[in-house]
Amino acid sequence: MARLVVLGGGVSGHTAATFAAKWLGKEHEVVVVTPNSKWNWIPSNIWVGVGQMKKEEVVFELAPVYKKAGITYKQAKAISLNPEGSAKSNTPFVTIQYTQKGRVGESEDLEYDYLINATGPKLNFDATPGLGDGNGQMGNNTVSVCTAEHAVHASSELQKCIEKMKKGERQKFLVGTGHGTCTCQGAAFEYIFNIEHELKKAGVRDMADIKWISNESFLGDFGMGGLHMKVAGYVVSSKLFAESIYAERNVEWIIGAHTSKVESGKIEYELLDGTKGEESFDFAMLLPPFSGVGLKAYAPDGSDITEKIFAANGFMKVDAKYDAGDYENWKASDWPRTYQNPTYKNLFAVGIAFAPPHLMSKPMQSPNGTAINPTPPRTGMPSGIIGKAVAHSICDLILKGKDAHLHDASMAEMGAACVASAGKGLFTGTAAAMTVYPVVPDYEKYPGTGRDTDYTFGEVGLAGHWIKHILHHMFIYKAKLKPGWALIPE
Amino acid sequence: MSKEEENFQKNDNFKLTMIPGSFVKMMRTCILWQFIRFMVLNIKMLVVVSKSH
Repeated sequence: MARLVVLGGGVSGHTAATFAAKWLGKEHEVVVVTPNSKWNWIPSNIWVGVGQMKKEEVVFELAPVYKKAGITYKQAKAISLNPEGSAKSNTPFVTIQYTQKGRVGESEDLEYDYLINATGPKLNFDATPGLGDGNGQMGNNTVSVCTAEHAVHASSELQKCIEKMKKGERQKFLVGTGHGTCTCQGAAFEYIFNIEHELKKAGVRDMADIKWISNESFLGDFGMGGLHMKVAGYVVSSKLFAESIYAERNVEWIIGAHTSKVESGKIEYELLDGTKGEESFDFAMLLPPFSGVGLKAYAPDGSDITEKIFAANGFMKVDAKYDAGDYENWKASDWPRTYQNPTYKNLFAVGIAFAPPHLMSKPMQSPNGTAINPTPPRTGMPSGIIGKAVAHSICDLILKGKDAHLHDASMAEMGAACVASAGKGLFTGTAAAMTVYPVVPDYEKYPGTGRDTDYTFGEVGLAGHWIKHILHHMFIYKAKLKPGWALIPE
Repeated sequence: MSKEEENFQKNDNFKLTMIPGSFVKMMRTCILWQFIRFMVLNIKMLVVVSKSH
């Protein structure tokens, strides 16, 4: 009997664990270690953040789902890996610390045959002074929609602003990235237009100044270096597409910005040209940068081998080309295919937890040396597909032997759909629906734009909005493992 | 000046982009047209999904 341990129960970890349990059957054990007791459909946190959805609609308890799937569930966080075991035994193990009520702080060494690191990111609020509270959590100056709890808080703060505007007090909204190396601009993009929509609905839009601040060097970069799409017979840049949406809705922007300090009602920032500025706000939702969760790794003699397994940013090294060099040398083939750790073949990393070989956007820095560029997105559809492919590989390794073929899921050969809503009503909301293929541009295969423009498109309308609603219900249905769940694509 | 053109003067950045007119805005919420686009988008997304697995 083999044991597969999955660290993390987000989109990629949950997908990997549930498919592995289905394919392996009762002969082998799948264990999920995750500090959270609930699963969260993060894309819908945006609607929670504007009060259009309750927290209960985007989360559900993991324990009954894993019980149904025959998965051993441990509500705990991973602390360290011993990929070669200890001085007493050469069986690899992961040290976990329980977060479950009644067992908080209790440790356990959990042995494994295969391990998937799907821990997701650490929300590194403290990377920007004033964005965090100094203890790794979000500070009091801004709000966030990264977790369902954060979104509930954001919604409550938004309602306070709406009440003030109704009483005639003008309010300034600032939404975007809280650091020069943030990713997930799409989430902030969606949130700012949901706020704009809610303010219109509340009849107070004319009392609000709404501004976007981002580390993107141009609007529509989205951490993917932008994209080109076919519109009305033209092939146009996402820059024009995004700028049009902002201009139409009277949302101003500051781009190429590293938020360097956050205070109550004010931020300081540095731009790509080296100039510095300040921006005041009454309400700010600024995303934190991501880093690895801080897993350590030890050799049997107790020596620290973290650098052997993890990159400097804390994400796990996989089969990517990490020595690609300068931007001019970057290729689609630098991106990983199997997500297997090059040193320890029974270790894999999926979703945000794997270390990308480099950025997708062009690297940039200010004359002062401050890096101001988005890091690559690895969330949503790609993370689900990667999770499933890795589960498939590990199941084959267990069932067919150690020479089994590993399954590929390169982000340079997969697409992603991103639907950014603006409002929730079925007939009043609209959405910017975008599909990109492939996620990582491949200029050798698609000279010019780096992508297949037949399948890279974007448009605004109700249709995308309906798709967003369907995705919300479909993915929660799938994650709950209801009948036919495995037929729903990632 | 039509209403949708007003935003061009609100910000220097806005002057350099494009803002949809009333016809485009109407089509964005036209149920019949959006139903057709819904079908088209779904088919395209399914193709992308199938190419990605």
